[in-house]
Amino acid sequence: MAEFRLPKNSRISRGKHFAAADGSSNVRRFAVYRYDPSTGVNPRLDTYEVDLDNCGPMVLDALIKIKNEIDPTLTFRRSCREGICGSCAMNIDGGNTLACTRSIDSVKGDVKIYPLPHLPIVKDLVGDLTNFYAQYASIKPWLQSRTPPPPDQERLQSKEDQELINEPAACILCACCSTSCPSYWWNSDRYLGPAALLAAYRWLVDSRDDATGERLDELEDPFRLYRCHTIMNCTQTCPKDLNPAQAIAETKKMLAERKY
Amino acid sequence: MRRRYWPLTTIRSKRMSNHDRPLSPHISIYRWPITMVLSILHRVSGAALSVGFVVLVVWLFDAASGPETYAIFLSAMDTVIGKLALVGWTFAFFYHLSNGVRHLVWDSGRGFEKQQANRSSWLVLISAVALTAVFWWGAS
Repeated sequence: MAEFRLPKNSRISRGKHFAAADGSSNVRRFAVYRYDPSTGVNPRLDTYEVDLDNCGPMVLDALIKIKNEIDPTLTFRRSCREGICGSCAMNIDGGNTLACTRSIDSVKGDVKIYPLPHLPIVKDLVGDLTNFYAQYASIKPWLQSRTPPPPDQERLQSKEDQELINEPAACILCACCSTSCPSYWWNSDRYLGPAALLAAYRWLVDSRDDATGERLDELEDPFRLYRCHTIMNCTQTCPKDLNPAQAIAETKKMLAERKY
Repeated sequence: MRRRYWPLTTIRSKRMSNHDRPLSPHISIYRWPITMVLSILHRVSGAALSVGFVVLVVWLFDAASGPETYAIFLSAMDTVIGKLALVGWTFAFFYHLSNGVRHLVWDSGRGFEKQQANRSSWLVLISAVALTAVFWWGAS
């Protein structure tokens, strides 16, 4: 059920302020969600003043600068810093995106940084994605084929067949879309969410996969698939410009068409 | 021995005690895209329509009960609150209708590009306001 208010232990208080060093000219303020599991104290919002003249252009650059030079206790995930690993997904300026591909310039005013929405928080900007990964695993994201492969070559696809899976296969599982979806906020225990459904679609339209019927059976459920109400937050927020909403609509169409 | 199987998430949350972990903020910090606004409006207008239909039944009931009761109904609807409710109900109707048409188009797999969805959102809003205006202009 939809629970709009945050639980008591999750309400955010005002945190510490870290002023910029004297003589910095191009100062920008970053408000960052902090939670320390060792204290048992409620989350807080710390503010850091960062001198942008001595900082890279992306939000991730500022976070790394804060961790290196201002507050080493700040915790966040990051790896590739070029938008392909999906580790630094977080809520920046009210939208879910990758910190490494979001430029500081594109944010007006203070840069507000929260973890991905509606997740149990492990520490600071690190949310627990266990449920998200379990849902991904539940759609069986691998090739299921009943025909033996040709003895002397791979299973070939036509160019057109490959194009069908190009886009959905480009998903990096950063969880921006699923954690942007209000349906997922209220029903993540039963609704698979846009990321898992996009992955499911990727295998539904794969010309080499023989389990289309079983895959559709698994999805035909009032919650797993049909909690999608085309709110479109997933497509609006995807940092890779993919379109989970369309994939879900196509899946609903496949289900409707197979009935008649 | 009988073994009990828990869903993966249950095992995990028991061990890692996700119950104690704070929940990250969601609706209070998310910047609403226009499509999200229209989506919740669709639900709100649907609920408003259900309430409005009760009034519709009362209207028919009063009309069937004779001129005196009907006069009471008419005078109740002639107040500012009554008029606002009627205009609001027709707006809810035309909004729900317009957005419903958009949902039909979406069901056919079309109009999912970001730009298309944002444009159709404005189109739905404009159409709902215009239809409401035309309705009341025609009624008066």
